[in-house]
Amino acid sequence: MKQSPLRSKHAPMSVGAAIVFFALLAGCGESETNVQSGNRTGTLHWGNAAEPQALDPHIATGVPEHHIIGALMEGLVVKNRDTLKPIPGMAKDWSISDDGLVYTFTIRGDARWSNGDVLNAHDFAWSWWRALQPKLGNLYAYMYFPIANARQYYQGDIEDFSEVGIVAIDDLTLEVTLENPTPYFLQLLDHYSLFPVHRATIEQHGEPDERGTRWTYAGNMVSNGAFKLTEWEINRAVIVDKNPHYYASDDVRLNRVVFYPTENQTTEERMFRAGQLHYTDDVPIDKIETYRAAKNPALKINPYLGTYFYRLNMRVPHLQDSRVRRALAMTIDRQLITDKVLKAGQIPAYAMTPPNTLGYYPPTTFSFDPAAARKLLADAGYPNGDGFPVTEILYNTNEAHRKVAIAIQQMWREHLNIEVQLLNQEWKVYLDSESSGDYQISRAGWIGDYVDPNNFLDMWLCGGGNNRTGWCNPEYDRLILEQAPSAATEAERHAIFKRAETILLEDLPVLPIYTYTSKHLVHPSVKNVASNILNQNYFRDIYLQPASD
Amino acid sequence: MLKFALGRLLQAIPVLLVVISMTFMLVHSAPGGPFSADKAVPAEVLAALEAQYNLDQPLWRQYVSYLGDVLKGDLGPSFKYPGRSVNELIASGLPTTAELGLYAMLVAVFIGVLAGVTASMRPNTLQDYVPMSAAMIGICMPSFLLGPLLVLIFGIHLEWLPVSGWGQIPGDKILPAITLGTGYAAYIARLSRGGMLEVLSQDYIRTARAKGLPEFVIIGKHALRGGLVPVVAFLGPAFAGLLGGSFVVETIFQIPGLGRFYVQAAFNRDYTMILGSTVFFATLIILFNLLSDMLAIWLNPKLRQQVRGDAE
Repeated sequence: MKQSPLRSKHAPMSVGAAIVFFALLAGCGESETNVQSGNRTGTLHWGNAAEPQALDPHIATGVPEHHIIGALMEGLVVKNRDTLKPIPGMAKDWSISDDGLVYTFTIRGDARWSNGDVLNAHDFAWSWWRALQPKLGNLYAYMYFPIANARQYYQGDIEDFSEVGIVAIDDLTLEVTLENPTPYFLQLLDHYSLFPVHRATIEQHGEPDERGTRWTYAGNMVSNGAFKLTEWEINRAVIVDKNPHYYASDDVRLNRVVFYPTENQTTEERMFRAGQLHYTDDVPIDKIETYRAAKNPALKINPYLGTYFYRLNMRVPHLQDSRVRRALAMTIDRQLITDKVLKAGQIPAYAMTPPNTLGYYPPTTFSFDPAAARKLLADAGYPNGDGFPVTEILYNTNEAHRKVAIAIQQMWREHLNIEVQLLNQEWKVYLDSESSGDYQISRAGWIGDYVDPNNFLDMWLCGGGNNRTGWCNPEYDRLILEQAPSAATEAERHAIFKRAETILLEDLPVLPIYTYTSKHLVHPSVKNVASNILNQNYFRDIYLQPASD
Repeated sequence: MLKFALGRLLQAIPVLLVVISMTFMLVHSAPGGPFSADKAVPAEVLAALEAQYNLDQPLWRQYVSYLGDVLKGDLGPSFKYPGRSVNELIASGLPTTAELGLYAMLVAVFIGVLAGVTASMRPNTLQDYVPMSAAMIGICMPSFLLGPLLVLIFGIHLEWLPVSGWGQIPGDKILPAITLGTGYAAYIARLSRGGMLEVLSQDYIRTARAKGLPEFVIIGKHALRGGLVPVVAFLGPAFAGLLGGSFVVETIFQIPGLGRFYVQAAFNRDYTMILGSTVFFATLIILFNLLSDMLAIWLNPKLRQQVRGDAE
């Protein structure tokens, strides 16, 4: 739709304006919406939150990238979209040695790249070698660390890659040796950082460990998933089409997925209402009530493997007393926050790990109890909050964070009679303040990369990069680093995690507030959208079925 | 005239240098870096990334090498989007932003001139007050209010027009163009009313009236040309302003233009992208100002005389 403003030399510009204006108007009228045409042609229109930074699985880090890469590529295993149980992907089966250390994968014979090339075990070995090149700047390199010597190789303590526990025994057999038994190892294989990449394509466009070469551009990229990259228009859309070389392409019912960078939630919701999207990445907080009241079936809310919490800076003198931290924890009415402030089915959290993380239930060490909290605060030397220094809550600028902080400010004022100030900072400034320890109390969130308590607990190790509170407990470190990995059974392992988390929750360097939910608007014609706690979708399963069919 | 233009272009060099230097200092002194993230970035990864983008060099060396690159027309690689160069990102967003700016400008001129001329024909009557009050509202109404309002009415309730996008669905360019153009239409209405009022009180218009020419011909043929001089002078800076100031509209309507990149770059601390866009916009504004000055000189014989006098 291109208009050329026709103008004679002497006519006033307004004539030109009129022509363009009416030409623009003439373009509109009764036309099919994206959803209608998509349902007809098998094209899914997907709100994807943001423009992807990169589509290289060894460089990308964000959730929007995750969705697109998940459509384009596939790892050794995939997961059942409801139960998240690992099921065969590029590996048709696997065996695990009795000691839980050696995994032997058999690559499926019909595994192909999107250009028709055969995909074999050597592709995996090479890809994993690439992912561990420090120069590449792979932020998810730690996903490989359960593999024997992977950490040492990555950190440069070992030069020879053959010492790392990754061996392609023959074309169809990949053997992986682990450092310790790692019950969640199979799950990691479905994370994009462990996806295979096409060697010839990468080498054609630069060095294997070179960041940002053009191999992921449309027209260049060769991938192994249910879809292949057709178009990548910056800030406009990423379009992927069904990959005919995919081993299960007969079962893939979508012909095309269009990913839109919908960073503005309000716009995204309007696009959904206007039939431009099948699926939204999120729902604006103030719209949820409207959809609920109308009993609109498009609104989908599911538990999400993530915890919203506040960090307490242990370097701040008045927060060093664990009785103070406990009093703060016991006077946050979490139910009120989830029911009246957030209103999207979030679950009040009293522990770091979300409940039922693959069968693990975290311990509880406190509850909402203002009277007991007041006594604790008095014991710590602040009876009725007297003499308690003014305390500051830091959060990154965001309406929902502000609402939660205001609610907590009120609760602490009411129950503990202490003065709390709010400080909001722009995202990068906030990150800088938090990581340099320049805060008192800071809002935070943690979304699980894989379903295992370890993912929520190993961040609190002494000096860990994500700890940022200055909290350090050697017993806790010993449980997480030494005891848990060598546990014989799942039950024993969970018991160890429970002991560790009890230490964390007795000491409370963090105040858990709620467990996240994922919120989407999904058009009724979209079937097989996942509702799992990782909010992970499998586009190979999704299909479109208009109501009239 | 040529001398005048050359002189102005030479003056632009120190201006650009100051813009680059100040932006460079500001972005590097802002807290938080391009690679800081929610999840901790391991020291070895950070070192590898910084080495790749020369951030491990002393600041003055980074500055000198950046200036060298800019001279060669290379604005560097984007930090946020590995594999994309800033030149490439600007080139991808510019056509869209320029198109949006052009349509917005046409909307602005069309509505603005129409309203201004209508008002000037019967000053201080209802015919003057109504369009001028509307213009005042137009100036005051921010695009982040007008945009969603138009979307609600024409996109959601009436279902006449798409609510977002650019060139994807027929008609999706209308609402953004109107949203962006309205504020400028209001300015143009006031400018053209003022210009027309001045011209309409001139002797030659009285002569035309005395000749018994119809009002339509007096306005359209005789008054309009002179009356629109202030509008023409405004168009140059206005167009540069439209290009640089369209990010709100681009965000509301999900338009893949330059403005969105510019604002995102600042949030992402994408140093090269911030610098590159700033240099680009600064150049654009300098050029458009020069063009509109030259146009004004060409339209106004008095100024022409002055320039010639200076040159001699």
